[in-house]
Amino acid sequence: MARLLGPLVIVASFSLSVAAQAPSYKVPRTPDGQPDLQGFWSNATYTPLERPDKVTKEFYTPEEAIAVEKAAAAREGEQTEPGTVADVHYDFTQFGLDRSQATLARSLRTSLIVDPKNGKLPPITEEGKKILAARAEETKRLGGRWDSAQANQLDDRCIIMAGPGPPMMDAAYNSNYHIVQGTGYVMILTEMIHDARIIPLDGRPAPAQDVRQWMGVSRGRWDGETLVIETANFNGKNPFRGSTENLKVVERLRRVSDDTIEYKFTIEDKSMWERPWSAESVMRKTSGPLFEHACHEGNYGLYNTLLGARLEEKKAAEAAAKKGSK
Amino acid sequence: MRTRMFVRVAAATITACVAVAVALLHAQAPAYRAPRTPDGKPNLNGIWQAINSAQWNIEAHSAAPSPVLELGAAGAIPGGLGVVEGGVLPYRPEALAKRNENRANRLKLDPEVKCYLPGVPRALYMPFPFQIIQSPQHVMMIHEYAGAVRTIYMTDQTEAPADSWMGWSNGKWDGEALVVDTKGFNDLSWFDRSGNFHSDALHVVERFTARSPDTLNYEATIEDPKVFTKPWKMSMPLYRRVEPNAQILEFRCVEFVEDLLYGSLKKQPSQ
Repeated sequence: MARLLGPLVIVASFSLSVAAQAPSYKVPRTPDGQPDLQGFWSNATYTPLERPDKVTKEFYTPEEAIAVEKAAAAREGEQTEPGTVADVHYDFTQFGLDRSQATLARSLRTSLIVDPKNGKLPPITEEGKKILAARAEETKRLGGRWDSAQANQLDDRCIIMAGPGPPMMDAAYNSNYHIVQGTGYVMILTEMIHDARIIPLDGRPAPAQDVRQWMGVSRGRWDGETLVIETANFNGKNPFRGSTENLKVVERLRRVSDDTIEYKFTIEDKSMWERPWSAESVMRKTSGPLFEHACHEGNYGLYNTLLGARLEEKKAAEAAAKKGSK
Repeated sequence: MRTRMFVRVAAATITACVAVAVALLHAQAPAYRAPRTPDGKPNLNGIWQAINSAQWNIEAHSAAPSPVLELGAAGAIPGGLGVVEGGVLPYRPEALAKRNENRANRLKLDPEVKCYLPGVPRALYMPFPFQIIQSPQHVMMIHEYAGAVRTIYMTDQTEAPADSWMGWSNGKWDGEALVVDTKGFNDLSWFDRSGNFHSDALHVVERFTARSPDTLNYEATIEDPKVFTKPWKMSMPLYRRVEPNAQILEFRCVEFVEDLLYGSLKKQPSQ
């Protein structure tokens, strides 16, 4: 528990508004003159996307934020308490995977959503309700996670995790990024499943609508000090809070100090929400390097889950046959 | 007499000098000098791809039928002149036996069939493009196949912290060449679809040198005393994808192999 409390006392690391942190900060430049966002960053946070029901304000006081973070860290530690079902996976705290041991991207915000003002997702459209119902049907049809690989979550299948997005979200653990800028490109590598976002800055048009990708197709430009990334052409198979293949994401990254990038994004998906919505978080400088996350190659869990279920079925069938023959 | 001798010697010397000069000129070829990045290094940024049949077999080979009957001519193997200097890989006898066994069972054993990370150098000549993104500190190589990524540390170099599929790469500039030294491999990746393989003792030193605005020379020296009797070298050109809209697309193949890898463990409807 001591290791959980350690970082919590650093009240100064909370920021009310990252923009206000260093108004005179001069963003360094890459050799080809781009604002320099390069380095290793973390967006690990306990701040939820949506504001908790009982909270009515936009910002906590630093004391409240410490208490909220402490409670969240304790819950996260508890989830993998030895001897619990969750611990069958592995103990996050033991392997340093819980957020309290990561470089936390702290903020006093009570939710990442800043628009709508209530910190909640906007109402779902009629079309959106139908899409969600159809997805629920499909999930039911696929059965339980022990029935087939395809019935499992995308992260358990090692297909994609929350980190690369877009929008780029805390991935529960290893929420680490490596940004490298070359001539005409910004590259953002996500540690979890080595997903690299390659963002061209030359103003080229998006590809044909038939080109659909898990991470969509991104196009970037510099708006003064801010990197603006627009992404469309999603395949819709990795819904972000319900989004569809009509999702459009606009991200804005601006370095506001040596160790902080302000990260804002706006979500538009007319098939799901009645209006666009926006959120704001930060990326905090962390130490490298990123390690190879060969998820699929070492995915014994999925194989063994399915094998275990089939063996259980076989055992049950044999027991039933034995009982029948008696 | 003496004068004639002098003329002869002088003529011979001049001839020799010219010969040496010509030899030097040849030795230096290609004399191409790549454009520079703003920090003065050869600019290798771009999307590159090999055009050869090394993906099937890095050694010389004849055309052959498809390993998958249903694919017919569409899946048949094109012949290739080989990319290995000296032609034949210097396998240890027991390693050669293992290679042959790999080859005989390649549909079951080839990591590519399972959508596993390709390793190095295999990633470089698969039938997919890869992109180089260069900064003074890091050179990124991002491959379309399986989203394989290599970070080449140019300034903050360390030993491999753990074994991995793509290894741990440290780089330096040697004149026109980007020289990449990679160690820390596991023993699970192959060199091609023909079962050519390595151990976790693999050490790869690659040289990327621009030979014209749109081509690179690629050379890899392979050292693996557990598998080979001596180091060997492969080389090939890499070609720039010059389409103005060229980009690395997703080839997230895990989804494509789930039925192959886990299909036999699916719940049967009757049960």
